[in-house]
Amino acid sequence: MTLKECYAAMGGDYDEAMGRLRSEKLVQKFVLKFLSDQSYDLLCASMEAKNYEDAFRAAHTIKGVCQNLSFTTLGKSSSALSEALRGGYTPEADGLAEQVGREYQQTVAAIRAFQEAAGE
Amino acid sequence: MDKQKILIVDDSEMNRSILADMLGDEYEILEAENGNEGVAMLQKHSGEISLVLLDIVMPELDGFGVLDMMNKNRWIEDVPVIMISAESGSAHVERAFDRGVTDFISRPFDALIVHRRVVNTILLYAKQKKLVSLVADQIYEKEHRSSLMIDILSHIVEFRNGESGMHVRHVHTLTETMLTALIQKTDKYRLNQTDISIISTASALHDIGKIAIPEEILNKPGRFTDEEFAIMKTHSMEGAKMLEALPFYQNEPLVKAAYQICRWHHERWDGRGYPDGLKGDEIPISAQMVALADVYDALTSERVYKPAFSHEKAIEMILNGECGTFNPLVMDCLRDCADEILEELSGDNTLRQNQREMQNVARELHKYEELTASERTLELLEHERMKYSFFAAMTEEIQFEFNVQPPMATLSAWGAEKLGVPEIIMDPAQNEKVLELLGEDNWQGLADALHATNPSHPVITYDCMIRYKDGPRWARIMARATWSSDEPPRYTGAIGKAIDIHDSRMKLDSLERMATHDAMTGLLNHATAKKRVQERLRDRPDGKYALIIFDLDHFKQANDTYGHMFGDRVLIHVADKLRQSIRDGDIAARAGGDEFLIFLECKMEIEPAVQRIYSALTGKFENFPISVSMGVATIDKVGADYDVLFQAADKALYTVKRSGRGYFRFYDDSMVRTLSAISPIDGGDGTENKTQSNKGECLK
Repeated sequence: MTLKECYAAMGGDYDEAMGRLRSEKLVQKFVLKFLSDQSYDLLCASMEAKNYEDAFRAAHTIKGVCQNLSFTTLGKSSSALSEALRGGYTPEADGLAEQVGREYQQTVAAIRAFQEAAGE
Repeated sequence: MDKQKILIVDDSEMNRSILADMLGDEYEILEAENGNEGVAMLQKHSGEISLVLLDIVMPELDGFGVLDMMNKNRWIEDVPVIMISAESGSAHVERAFDRGVTDFISRPFDALIVHRRVVNTILLYAKQKKLVSLVADQIYEKEHRSSLMIDILSHIVEFRNGESGMHVRHVHTLTETMLTALIQKTDKYRLNQTDISIISTASALHDIGKIAIPEEILNKPGRFTDEEFAIMKTHSMEGAKMLEALPFYQNEPLVKAAYQICRWHHERWDGRGYPDGLKGDEIPISAQMVALADVYDALTSERVYKPAFSHEKAIEMILNGECGTFNPLVMDCLRDCADEILEELSGDNTLRQNQREMQNVARELHKYEELTASERTLELLEHERMKYSFFAAMTEEIQFEFNVQPPMATLSAWGAEKLGVPEIIMDPAQNEKVLELLGEDNWQGLADALHATNPSHPVITYDCMIRYKDGPRWARIMARATWSSDEPPRYTGAIGKAIDIHDSRMKLDSLERMATHDAMTGLLNHATAKKRVQERLRDRPDGKYALIIFDLDHFKQANDTYGHMFGDRVLIHVADKLRQSIRDGDIAARAGGDEFLIFLECKMEIEPAVQRIYSALTGKFENFPISVSMGVATIDKVGADYDVLFQAADKALYTVKRSGRGYFRFYDDSMVRTLSAISPIDGGDGTENKTQSNKGECLK
């Protein structure tokens, strides 16, 4: 699997990421780094604990990282989730959190597949 | 040259490392993962950071909070901030620019754009800093040159006048000194530092009109005729006309002030001056001041028609109205700064002038907000910091620095490691781990001691236990409170160090213990008990006290039958029982051998208390029956004197022993002639070994 195929599998925009970060090496480095980012764990834990202030920040961070890496699909849902939590809990948040969860797993699965293929 | 430093404040490690990757080749990257850390970094590296990249949404303190702190501490004036955020709402962008950010980049960002904007911003600020210092140099140069020109011009006038050339200087100094005194007294004339500087400079021109007066009159040695005097008097109006005729600069404050001074520096408060006969505050304050300065300097200088008067004489003549009437407020100023004037005018004038100029420049520079510490100052600062951390690392001491605003503690690396806390602690008073180190009482004690200092005596010493990772130890904290230079001074924090005094303190404690306690039973020894009882009697003589002496019945038998080892264990057992049966404030001691002493205070009836102790002491120890004989003396019976109390208890004890042992008795008058129970004892200090005759005398 190539990095471009990995982007396709997760619903990201490889060309845009390359356009902004300018180097395949850099993009690859940060894509792999995404696996160790703690924000998603923080999001799950805060949603569980009904700590919506922390949940907002976590969703917001995921959104920022996704935007930087052009993970378009996960970026959209995390953006919607952070808006739903900006002023505290709203009923849409639960559904959006589930969507973020699904798309996060999809993204991570794509990156892992790429990682194995690249022999990293 | 070292790389310039960029601080990245962002809670996402990914985001920080993307930015660090883009910029790390050319710049040194510092990272902070929330606003508080960011502020701490700015504090620690103030003056070194060339740019801050700042996220908005963060835990602890968000990006706007960081901007608020940067504004409050005025760092924002020197350190450019570029905000990077996924927040793209225009309200956010506007809020950021309102708080002084230089640029706003929204996510997702383009590596080239971020790089370019960072480079541009840093170059721009560097250029601005250079310009600022250039401008400051030029302001200084310009001021210096224009006052030089004015000096030269006014001296030409003076030399024609045959005067020393010092008159202009003196008038300048006097005017400035008195105006400074005036604004401290009243704000009636609405003068600021700039006005004072303009008026003092313009004062040099007060006599330029004399250039129009014929030399024969100007330098006439004797008295003027009425006609000559009338011509002489025209110099004030002539000077004003010259200024008015200037083709340019009519709106310059300096020219305006000079005009007023030239025209009206011979007016008087009562309206009897010339040329216009103005009265009171119709005369501008500038002219009033120069008039007085002119008169003072004329009096204290030698002229062709008069000798020089002394400073005191001149002041006296002016205050007596011998030179015309002046504004009472202005005369107050003269009186107030009479000493200062004498000192100013008598010293090396050029030097003083230069110093004053330097002060003015300093004041002037102070006004330019954007002025920054020069590069050299920063270098020196950096050098000092390096020196400090090198020595701090070598000494193995806990060194610390505390700041009130923002509340922050900084520890030396060794100290932080030793205490098991971070080197930088924000808001330490709220930090449980920090509070535990000394305990809240000691923190409070330390804070109280520091607050109680003042700028001239800022150093304190405070001994307390520090709870290290590996157990508590005694430490001596030596600290210096830092006070601001405002009036009144504010407490801004402290610096100091803690040194370990545990071993010496423990040694001292154990020596002290050995000297005051009986080694076998751990009770006080007799001498110490006596001292403490005497202290108690002296400090609170009206307490309801009793002194008890008791010994063990048939103790010799225990020793003889079971051996001395057993005897010792009996004594230890009795001492334990004794300790358990008295209260905290009571004093218990081994008086020597098998004799013990108790000193207690009773709020209620004394006898039940004695009964309770007596019962607690008796019983059995390993089949050896313990029985005691006890004598009690109370101060309401014999008075508050230790020796007398002791002897009375001793007599009561003797009475018990003589009549069969195994009970207690209070001293009463029937025992006056009784013998002592206590024999010379082992280990005691012998104070109780007294003869019968002197005991009798004591009890009279």
